[in-house]
Amino acid sequence: MSRPKPPLPYNMREVLQPGDAACPGCPIPMAWKVLSAVFGEKMILVIPACCSSVVVGPYPGNALKASIIHVAFASAAAVASGVAEALKRRGINDVQVIAWAGDGGTADIGMASLSGAAERNHDFIYIMYDNEAYMNTGIQRSGATPYGAWTTTTPIIGKTEHKKDVARIMIAHNVPYVATASVGYPHDLYAKLQRAKKIRGFKFIHLHAPCPVGWRFDPRYTVRIAKLAVETGLWILYEYYDGKIHLSGASRPYIDPARRKPIEEYLKYQGRFRNITPEKIEEIKRYVEMNWNWIKKHM
Amino acid sequence: MGEKLVLTGNYAVAYAAKLARVDIVAAYPITPQTTIVEKIAELIESGEMDAIMINVESEHSALAATFGAAVAGARVLTATSSHGLMYMHEYLHWTSRARIPVVLALVTRTLAPGWNIWSSHDDFYGQRDTGWILSFALDNQEVLDTTIQAFKISEDPRVYLPVLVALDAFILSHTSMPVELPDEKQVAEWLGPRRQGYVVDGRELLAIGNLTWPEDTEEMVMDLWRAMEESYNVIKEVDREYGKLFGRSYGGLIQCINCSDAKYLAVAMGAWSGDLMEAVNMLREEGYSIGVLRVRFYRPFPHRDIWEYARGVKGLIVYDRAISFGAWGQLYTDTVAGLYQYTTKLPIISNVIAGVGGVNVTAEEFYELTKNFIEKIEGGEEPPRITWYHRR
Repeated sequence: MSRPKPPLPYNMREVLQPGDAACPGCPIPMAWKVLSAVFGEKMILVIPACCSSVVVGPYPGNALKASIIHVAFASAAAVASGVAEALKRRGINDVQVIAWAGDGGTADIGMASLSGAAERNHDFIYIMYDNEAYMNTGIQRSGATPYGAWTTTTPIIGKTEHKKDVARIMIAHNVPYVATASVGYPHDLYAKLQRAKKIRGFKFIHLHAPCPVGWRFDPRYTVRIAKLAVETGLWILYEYYDGKIHLSGASRPYIDPARRKPIEEYLKYQGRFRNITPEKIEEIKRYVEMNWNWIKKHM
Repeated sequence: MGEKLVLTGNYAVAYAAKLARVDIVAAYPITPQTTIVEKIAELIESGEMDAIMINVESEHSALAATFGAAVAGARVLTATSSHGLMYMHEYLHWTSRARIPVVLALVTRTLAPGWNIWSSHDDFYGQRDTGWILSFALDNQEVLDTTIQAFKISEDPRVYLPVLVALDAFILSHTSMPVELPDEKQVAEWLGPRRQGYVVDGRELLAIGNLTWPEDTEEMVMDLWRAMEESYNVIKEVDREYGKLFGRSYGGLIQCINCSDAKYLAVAMGAWSGDLMEAVNMLREEGYSIGVLRVRFYRPFPHRDIWEYARGVKGLIVYDRAISFGAWGQLYTDTVAGLYQYTTKLPIISNVIAGVGGVNVTAEEFYELTKNFIEKIEGGEEPPRITWYHRR
């Protein structure tokens, strides 16, 4: 990919002011930095119950330089629908409405309102930042928790089901734009947000966001683990528009299984996979292959 | 005077939304609310009404989208019934605690199982403690007038609370009556542009609903309570203004008929109060000293007004179309507690639970029940405090 790297505000405090309550190594502020580079302060984040409700810090402060509407768990997409329609009605078209929700608030409790908003094609961006469990309440399994992972509600044998593929569900809604992204690839996310910004209608971005606390890794490795997810082929970066998948530059090499790093590289950094068995690793490999096959078929 | 149309209660809501120049309506269909949504959709698609309709995928999303649109500066309305309201319940709290003006029309309907589409007031009372202003209409004209008034009340800076306007399933929702429509321009002028305490539209940085410590939270709740207290005067003021401008007012939070000299009061809320009024007229003709006190606004609870008429009466009979299981009818509970604010020597106050599940209660039945109550007291007997009235 020879695209020049776009400018990003490298000083985090330009975006998230002191007083935030993020854990060390939290992927959320990393993503917000990119959002801010695209939209500046002209964005309204609709945030349901999730880590981000805490990360912005307590009343009367608000650490994030953006407008925020905190909303009930199941309702991010529905509230964002209302906000987007009201702005349209009032002729305000220079403000980006973003539903910013975790994987639980999206894949589980928020699925109906997400599906409804997508079907109605309201003009906003829905970003599911996926830390693969209910981290804010203490690492309980969600529909987006991967197979084999330990959580406090899969405490001994790990999760016995695969991750719910929400991006694929959104593709099935025939919305104008769907993308996957990762906090390990800020420039890729930046480019995707830029594209989403220009498209009218419903946009969905599934953002992989490794969580040091919940995944049990050293906080300094957030980016490394995010990258490993892509380099092992486990997390595939792509965009979907005009009826097909467009594989993103960062994931392009890994269409060839020979170029992927071994899955074990990704798993070994994370305490949540400490007790995973070789059989389960084989199952994960099979699942990864299945996902790639689906991608190849729709490119 | 305005145009007169023959409208169902549901159409009266739709026309009120049009007259109030609502910007956005988000709703989900449920019997018997459906014809509100259908009529509004028709008014919008035919170009008679300039608004955006969001046909959401659930009631939870209906109020959530309504809330979102309101926060972003739009005048909004939603409507529902029964289980729809139960599904919305979380957002009733969210909206009032966010102090966002919203108007919701509730076509009251019994809760399941088993499926029952007729009116009781269970769904209405389920919202008692949500911090919404709760009103209940008597007829379709009042449905229209109260819905318009609701916008004025909700958007008053002294209040900034959401308002619910209830109307009984079928008895009003699907029954046609002549309804006079006020002049649209005059309504627009009176309501003025949308007002709310804050707007999140990206023009200035604003965050609402952050993590809040206990002391701050308690102060916000106290503030909501104060706004609800304040709304008592606003509701009266709005009703008076409306009367001056459009020729109809309803007496504020309660309507009392034949009350000034009455020794007994019959208390009720909703459409069946009309049957009770008929019964009381019959009793008056027979020389009984009784009046009807109809509660128009249940929250804020009009204890002052009830006391004004109940001071010195010998007995009150309160009719409830729902029950708080393990206790009594809700209107009864509030009436007793409300009067106790003013006196420790309460008159006899009896409660009749009836009409639950949509069972019809006729004027003749109200006549019998009310007459028995009076006769017992006059004969020196204690009437029972709580009675289920049920017949087949």
